[in-house]
Amino acid sequence: MIYTEKVMDHFANPRNVGTLPDADGVGQVGNPVCGDMMTFYIKVKDGKLDDVKFQTFGCGAAIAVSSMVSEMAMKKTLEEAMAITNEKVAEELGGLPKNKMHCSNLGADALHLAIKNYRDRAAGGTEEAAFGEEHEHEPEEEGEAAEASGKSVKCPYCDGPLEGLEALSECGRCRIHLVECPSCGLYTRAGEPACTHCGAEIKAEPES
Amino acid sequence: MKRIYLDHIAGTPLAPGVVEAMLPYFGDDYGNPQSLHAEGQAAASAVAEAREEVARLINASAAEIIFTSSGTEANNLALKGLALANRAKGNHLVFSAVEHLSVLNAAKSLEKSGFTTTLVPVGREALVDPAEVEKAIRKETVLVSVMLANSEVGTVEPVADIAKAAKSKGVLVHTDAVAAVGNIPVDIRALGVDALSLAGDQFYGPKGGAALFVRKGVRIFPQIDGGIQEGGRRGGTENVPAIVGLGKAAQSAAAAMAERQARMAGLRDKLIDGLLGSVDHVILSGSRDKRLPHQASFFVRFVEGEAMLLSLDMNGFAASSGSACTSKALKASHVHLAMGFDHATAQGSLVFGLLDTTTAEDIEALVAAFPPVIDRLRKMSPLYTEFLKEKTP
Repeated sequence: MIYTEKVMDHFANPRNVGTLPDADGVGQVGNPVCGDMMTFYIKVKDGKLDDVKFQTFGCGAAIAVSSMVSEMAMKKTLEEAMAITNEKVAEELGGLPKNKMHCSNLGADALHLAIKNYRDRAAGGTEEAAFGEEHEHEPEEEGEAAEASGKSVKCPYCDGPLEGLEALSECGRCRIHLVECPSCGLYTRAGEPACTHCGAEIKAEPES
Repeated sequence: MKRIYLDHIAGTPLAPGVVEAMLPYFGDDYGNPQSLHAEGQAAASAVAEAREEVARLINASAAEIIFTSSGTEANNLALKGLALANRAKGNHLVFSAVEHLSVLNAAKSLEKSGFTTTLVPVGREALVDPAEVEKAIRKETVLVSVMLANSEVGTVEPVADIAKAAKSKGVLVHTDAVAAVGNIPVDIRALGVDALSLAGDQFYGPKGGAALFVRKGVRIFPQIDGGIQEGGRRGGTENVPAIVGLGKAAQSAAAAMAERQARMAGLRDKLIDGLLGSVDHVILSGSRDKRLPHQASFFVRFVEGEAMLLSLDMNGFAASSGSACTSKALKASHVHLAMGFDHATAQGSLVFGLLDTTTAEDIEALVAAFPPVIDRLRKMSPLYTEFLKEKTP
């Protein structure tokens, strides 16, 4: 088994799953491109986390991490909850496989964002949920860092190099027609209703 | 708890009689086939017999079979060996976008030594259009390689038509038939290909026993330099037990083919209909009718593949997934993206491969266990919550 017993226990019996319709703070991180997405809901009373709920789309590690974070944060003061680190979560779970460590980053981040969201609201700010920056995982290959930092330098379908980015409509290697997403600037196959990277709607190109 | 193994793609158990056929070559018959003495000659005749069996399974002749250690090695030998042997003719190669990584990465490696490549896109069902392959062929093209069947999505490609198009332009054709051979009838004469990769662990033979067919008269450069084994096309002392096991599996596959294929297809359809009918928002991946008889793969929306695999495993079922989280590099499957599926959908990949020991009761048990597994994960999924909100404003 690639996971510890503790991870499997939290995966099989996750604590505090769900949403809080009257949450005092909501934090969301991740996106389906990197695999995981987590939303944390918190209820605050007397400076303490009175209730914590989460929802997670992701692998076993992502689900276990969210569950563990919710358990560690429950009934703690906001300061104590903000002090929960990624390392601490992984440690409590008895360790995570190396390539799953980024999941533990997501869990604490989502909780911290929910607290930040609560504080913003308390300060008279927005009622909207707080959304995290796109989280970055360790670049696996050259080029991935460049992709994460903005413009894709490779075709998302065949990894072929994309040249002449300005007027690009077709990957020179696999010849898939590509369109640039108006929202995130990455390339998606023409005809897709939404960007496969950020999910933004892509208007259909006029037939030429 | 009874385990139900539905991960054919990762390798099959051995057919009855395969272990027994292999055992002597771990024991008393330890000779090296290259030796002239009696011990060596006993091993040599076992290898020769296996070569006949493998050749018979795909309607080739024995001299056209090169034994390799894996399907990956066979693909590497085909791509690099054929490209480099025909370099004088040109330096361009054509592949489909859904090839196995052993083909795609061998191509990338060839790019570093001066070859250029064109990837032919596929449609929503991962089908390669022979006309698209023909369009991709240039004057300097030396090789076209399109797989016979894709194990991840089950689609069987029109390789005979692709070969016809390529041959009309004088281009060599290789097909990665690792997922197909032993599971569907494969005839290299009918396909019209010049090279074909196969692996025993996809049809109830041992790991380590695989082969490349290379048509008589086609030049190929060895990729493992060494002695005169395999006609000088692949150096290294023969893995006699694995080769014998491969030969035995080939013999069993040929004998069982028609019956096995029909039975598998019936169970596969039962599984496809069962899962599609029991849970909403499940998509069949790959082609419904041009499909491997033992393969059923899906995208289950709003949930992630690894979480499904772990849950199914806890319930006694072994399956696989092409989701980013199940891959060590955390990248979505290039096959699913090439088919035009977005990352969120591709994350819900779930792949079943039936075995010839799979029963109708096994399928019924899976279909019964499936809805609660998905229901539990969807209740945890923010994507599903969002979807429900949008549906009921």
